[in-house]
Amino acid sequence: MELFTNQVLAGIATGAIYACMALAVVMIYQAIDHLNFAQGEMAMFSTFISWQLMQWGIPYWWAFLLTLIISFAGGILIERLLFKPLAKAPVLTNVAGFIALFAIVNSVAGLTWDFTIKQYPTPFGSSPFLGSQLISTHQAGMIGVTVGLLIALYLFFQFTRIGLAMRAAAALPESARLVGVNTSWMIALGWGMASAIGAIAGILIAPVVFLEPNMMGGVLIYGFAAAVLGGLTSPLGAVLGGFLVGVFENLAGTYIPGVGNELKLPIALALIITVLVVKPAGLMGRPIVKRV
Amino acid sequence: MSAATEDAVTEAPAVEAVPKRAMTLGLGTSLAVLAALVIAPLFVKNFIIFQMTMLLIYALAVLALNILTGGSGQFSLGQSAFYAVGAYTSAILMEHVGMNYALTLPIAGIICFAFGFVFGQPALRLSGVYLALATFALAVAMPQLLKLGFFEHWTGGVQGLVVTKPDAPFGLKMSQDMWLYYFTLAISIGIYVASVNLLRSRSGRAFMAIRDNEIAASAMGVNVALYKTLAFGVSAGITGIAGGLGAIAVQFVAPDGYTITLAISLFLGMVVGGVGWLPGSIVGSAFIIFVPNIAESISKGLSGAVFGVLLFIVIFLVPHGARQVAIVAQQLIGKLRKG
Amino acid sequence: MLSTRLSTAAFAAVIAFAASGSALAQKKYDTGATDTEIKIGNIMPYSGPASAYGVIGKTEEAYFKMINANGGINGRKINFVTYDDGYSPPKAVEQVRKLVESDEVLVVFNPLGTPSNTAIQKYLNAKKVPQLFVATGATKWNDPKGFPWTMGWQPSYQSEAQIYAKYLIKEKPNAKVAILYQNDDFGKDYLKGLKDGFGAKASMIVAEESYETSEPTIDSHIVKLKATGADTFINIATPKFAAQAIKKIAEIDWKPLHLLTNVSASVGGVMKPAGYENSQGIISAAYAKDGADPQWDNDPGMKKFLAFLEKHHPEGNKIDGSVVYGYGAAQTLAKVLEMCGDNLTRENVMKQAASLKDFEPDTLLPGVKINTSASDFAPISQLQLMRFKGEKWELFGEIMSGDVSN
Repeated sequence: MELFTNQVLAGIATGAIYACMALAVVMIYQAIDHLNFAQGEMAMFSTFISWQLMQWGIPYWWAFLLTLIISFAGGILIERLLFKPLAKAPVLTNVAGFIALFAIVNSVAGLTWDFTIKQYPTPFGSSPFLGSQLISTHQAGMIGVTVGLLIALYLFFQFTRIGLAMRAAAALPESARLVGVNTSWMIALGWGMASAIGAIAGILIAPVVFLEPNMMGGVLIYGFAAAVLGGLTSPLGAVLGGFLVGVFENLAGTYIPGVGNELKLPIALALIITVLVVKPAGLMGRPIVKRV
Repeated sequence: MSAATEDAVTEAPAVEAVPKRAMTLGLGTSLAVLAALVIAPLFVKNFIIFQMTMLLIYALAVLALNILTGGSGQFSLGQSAFYAVGAYTSAILMEHVGMNYALTLPIAGIICFAFGFVFGQPALRLSGVYLALATFALAVAMPQLLKLGFFEHWTGGVQGLVVTKPDAPFGLKMSQDMWLYYFTLAISIGIYVASVNLLRSRSGRAFMAIRDNEIAASAMGVNVALYKTLAFGVSAGITGIAGGLGAIAVQFVAPDGYTITLAISLFLGMVVGGVGWLPGSIVGSAFIIFVPNIAESISKGLSGAVFGVLLFIVIFLVPHGARQVAIVAQQLIGKLRKG
Repeated sequence: MLSTRLSTAAFAAVIAFAASGSALAQKKYDTGATDTEIKIGNIMPYSGPASAYGVIGKTEEAYFKMINANGGINGRKINFVTYDDGYSPPKAVEQVRKLVESDEVLVVFNPLGTPSNTAIQKYLNAKKVPQLFVATGATKWNDPKGFPWTMGWQPSYQSEAQIYAKYLIKEKPNAKVAILYQNDDFGKDYLKGLKDGFGAKASMIVAEESYETSEPTIDSHIVKLKATGADTFINIATPKFAAQAIKKIAEIDWKPLHLLTNVSASVGGVMKPAGYENSQGIISAAYAKDGADPQWDNDPGMKKFLAFLEKHHPEGNKIDGSVVYGYGAAQTLAKVLEMCGDNLTRENVMKQAASLKDFEPDTLLPGVKINTSASDFAPISQLQLMRFKGEKWELFGEIMSGDVSN
């Protein structure tokens, strides 16, 4: 029983990582209506920027703020320079563009900061949280930030004009243009916000997994899985999905005899596919009705 | 959930409609390409012949993806899994059972066809991003399955299996590389012709109807479930044969050879060659084999970045891939003839 | 193929010549060597999942540039041709064939990774091209009978693992051992070495857990291993995961005797990011000096190494174990080529590589020497145990030899 509790707690702690990344995934999906494969790499690059700023002697919170601004601007810049020209190209060509961006960002980070792992500081400390050694104060802080971000996003998308306009631009670009939404800039704004949220995710994840150019490879797979499980249109679903994937993966690894440990990820993914087959829009996503 | 919150979406098809005649090359061009492929090996080094063999093998795998995506509109990031199953089937049959390499290929094809057909069942319920994730999951899971202790006796586990390269038969005076090249070429031509015919047949029209509008296709009496899974099966089967050929050419199979990177490469090959344009497969295959080499020769440290930049240049110039080039060329020739 | 036929003819001529017993004063060359140049081929994962190791190739390139700047080897410049294989066996085969058939290199030196090397081994041996000093610790490279053209360099994973097993049997015979290993050739090789080393006492192992490199964290495995009640932990992981394990173990207040493989025993690359306070008392084994360890500041060999970094390889990070590795491997090849004199045939390169006697590259631990013979293709087979204290490793015990026959 103790092992069970411990694995659940460890799963929640790891799940916070996935939840964070999943939020960024949902953000970009809301803005451009597909997934950005380079998102993890962009988050990694942002985290390196903040690390570099701190190396130059800038205090943590200033570095954090500066990084958010740089990432936001960087996201918009990438959209304007690289993806706006592809707006009329087929979707699959855009996906190829994401892959190209992935390769560029990863390679530039590797050359600039090399591949040795770097320690990344946390403002929350890493002592045991509330007496539990399984969740550190950093992980608790991470869950807190994720939930805060979730609420902020929810309010943004539900109640602000710009949030609504953004959703409209992604879901029904034609109609949104007719009611006067500048859909092109909405997409750019979405890129900027996704990039900034990715930066927060990277900064929170780096103290746990260590900072290096390939740090996001695995995280992104889980982030996608969590977002899809929760429903790509729902920030709340994405966060729940993150925790569910984290906990389920640990339990599968611990309790499924024989292959559980070696096949943790495939088992978790198989479960997600099963859920999708039953509920194609994810746990919290809005079902889509097609019109002919 | 109330009806008011439901989105009613008229989804644009993910893949644009390609008229079926435009999916192939004219007879003259086909013969010219074929002649080049037949004659070229006589004048180059063995290493180039090996590269050309790999070119054909990856072209087959890209072609298979093209049938699935360009033909039936289903997206897959999991082709590396089918490729791996084909490669391991051939390798295991050759090394453990002692079967002739040529005989292992149809078996690899059949096993992968069945595997793809079965995988196509849950995929039926998924589309777009969700299907991408499901196939992506398959690609991620495959190397781990191949490493599994349970299969280790057959697969060699993490160490992989070394395969013996076949000699030319009938006492032909030909290097192993050259023989394997012509062997692969013959199979590739066979599969290409069969694929073109498949897409022109009743089944091919059903695939394309599903691609363009699934609901309309179903209303016209197309058995959507059957044809979608069939497309997965055919695609997986061809990929499996390519995988088997790849194992014979490389003489080695190991889990590290069939990671998600391979699936992504094949996907890029399809986009660069032109989605839905079968002859583009060989252009796409050339892209994924040679462009990384070019990128590397420009800068070692930044090879990934150079590759990314080259890829961006290609998709900026020709967002529809090599097909676009072919169409432009065709129009130019047409104009010249008239003028 | 004309060029192959020529080189075969040359090879036959060499044998005939050697058999006649005449002096070796005359210059003799195979493909890839001339009066002015020696062409060396190499493949490295500059891109893809293992790109962290690309540093090794870049360091070697810089090392040969330094050699050329100092006049080359016996008056010949080294032309180091290195290609990216992305850690993918099919690409490795393509690139190595390009090196041999198109660039026409004399030897393929230090190709990295067990899968890539396995993929090219049969080809290179059939072509009789040296596959020299491969960058992997698998045991199978020491097989002069089966593969006379393939030779390892670093101590094998299995021999290192046996040293740990022997240490535990002697120092902590009642240990309850928990093992975490990476689920690939590297992890499985160590695991086998440990099990062989424990032999009849294999029951000391109470738990083994594997992880995949695609996992973002390995926390769950550590929690599970702690729950087994083990009091000894063997950490068979690559640097990132090894550091995560060290940190997590401290966080959950588990205090096992911690053994760490040499692959991750890097002060700057693992112990510092994981936290010095979390790393105290960890035991490992080494054959090379650590670039970040202050105890080597006045060591003549390391001074040469640091001078090389400063002058010829400024982007090389001295705390990166791969930089130290590349330097040592390149120096070993330079030594072999020097020994070849004017007889630069592939056969002679293998012969000289198999006649290294007590060679000590600048970066190896004092007392660790490279020895090879016609029946011993494992150049480095000595290691010394060490314990982490303060901010550096303290070596203890004797230098141990852990030769494992295939």
